[in-house]
Amino acid sequence: MEKIFIDVLSKNGLLTGFAVVGLTMVVSYWISNTLTRGKLHGSAIAIMMGLGLAYVSGLFTGGQKGVADIPLLTGVGFLGGAMIRDFAITATAFGVHFDEIKKAGMSGVVSLLLGVVLSFVVGAGVAAAFGYNDAVSMATIGAGAVTYIVGPVTGAAIGASSDVMALSIAAGLIKAILVMVGSPFFAKAIGLDNPRTAMVFGGMMGTTSGVCGALAAIDPKLVPYGAMTSTFYTGLGCLMGPSVLFLATQALVG
Amino acid sequence: MAIYGTAVLAICVLIGLFIGDLLGSAIGVKANVGGVGFAMLLLIFASEFLRKRDLLPTPTKEGVHFWSAIYIPVVVAMAAQQNVVAAVKGGPAAILAGVLATVVCYALIPVVERIGKDKQLASSPVIAE
Repeated sequence: MEKIFIDVLSKNGLLTGFAVVGLTMVVSYWISNTLTRGKLHGSAIAIMMGLGLAYVSGLFTGGQKGVADIPLLTGVGFLGGAMIRDFAITATAFGVHFDEIKKAGMSGVVSLLLGVVLSFVVGAGVAAAFGYNDAVSMATIGAGAVTYIVGPVTGAAIGASSDVMALSIAAGLIKAILVMVGSPFFAKAIGLDNPRTAMVFGGMMGTTSGVCGALAAIDPKLVPYGAMTSTFYTGLGCLMGPSVLFLATQALVG
Repeated sequence: MAIYGTAVLAICVLIGLFIGDLLGSAIGVKANVGGVGFAMLLLIFASEFLRKRDLLPTPTKEGVHFWSAIYIPVVVAMAAQQNVVAAVKGGPAAILAGVLATVVCYALIPVVERIGKDKQLASSPVIAE
């Protein structure tokens, strides 16, 4: 009977994913309401639980895809995979007012450029401080500080070694996790409560998963605005990382 | 019917991703450049177009609303499959690079947010700083 039960769960992966994530949400919102009296938003707790489960699964399976490496939970991987993620993020734009986007116009563009360049410079600087002072390693780790997708894309384009690539992905993951979990605590301090600031937030931080996770906890109405700019961020980073930014680094360190 | 809304959404996403891939290959980057952003803009225009022509009854809207409501659980599922072990193992260099990049950019949000906002600020006394 046990075998049949497990068979049903793994054969219907996406449904198992819905069930598992649904249960996670129930537990998270319960914790939020009873233990933190709503101070820490349920979705933030759910995301932390997700990250925690990913860590534990990674330790046990030795894989790279968190809980999705557990055969029974591959459906969670499908639910949170690129296709459904893009579908659901796009759906949040339904009901967005185009005027709000136009209002952010200039500051949105500036935030994108400044966000990419600043992250790159800080990341490359830290890399140099830790002894990775050749242009290729600095640019790859710098690009990782942009997002964990820009890092390996840049590294692959300019021929970085695999340990430097791993470092750059790690830097990007740390950023995504920190933005996701940390931003809600400081939202008030930077006035993150309106569509315009949400767009600048998306442009400055860039990491789509981090930005959307954070905004979901701050105010779900702001998700589409941050998502909009942050999706352009990774593209811009992939464009600038292996080209302008790498060349500038090379010119600087020689 | 709900499927009409879901279909409009799907078409917007597909076209958006197509544009993003085209743009990526045009500039020689192996990534989708802003695909979801384009998809969102398309959806905004499509919904405005349909609303004006009274082609957006409640059941059709429900076909989109469900997916926008399922968004947070999708993010949770996404978080659950991150390579957290690798992030932690990356050591101090990776952690410091990630943390500093986040803090610096976050701190500058209020500054950038002011750009292009001059018209509203002109009438406010806070501008003297």
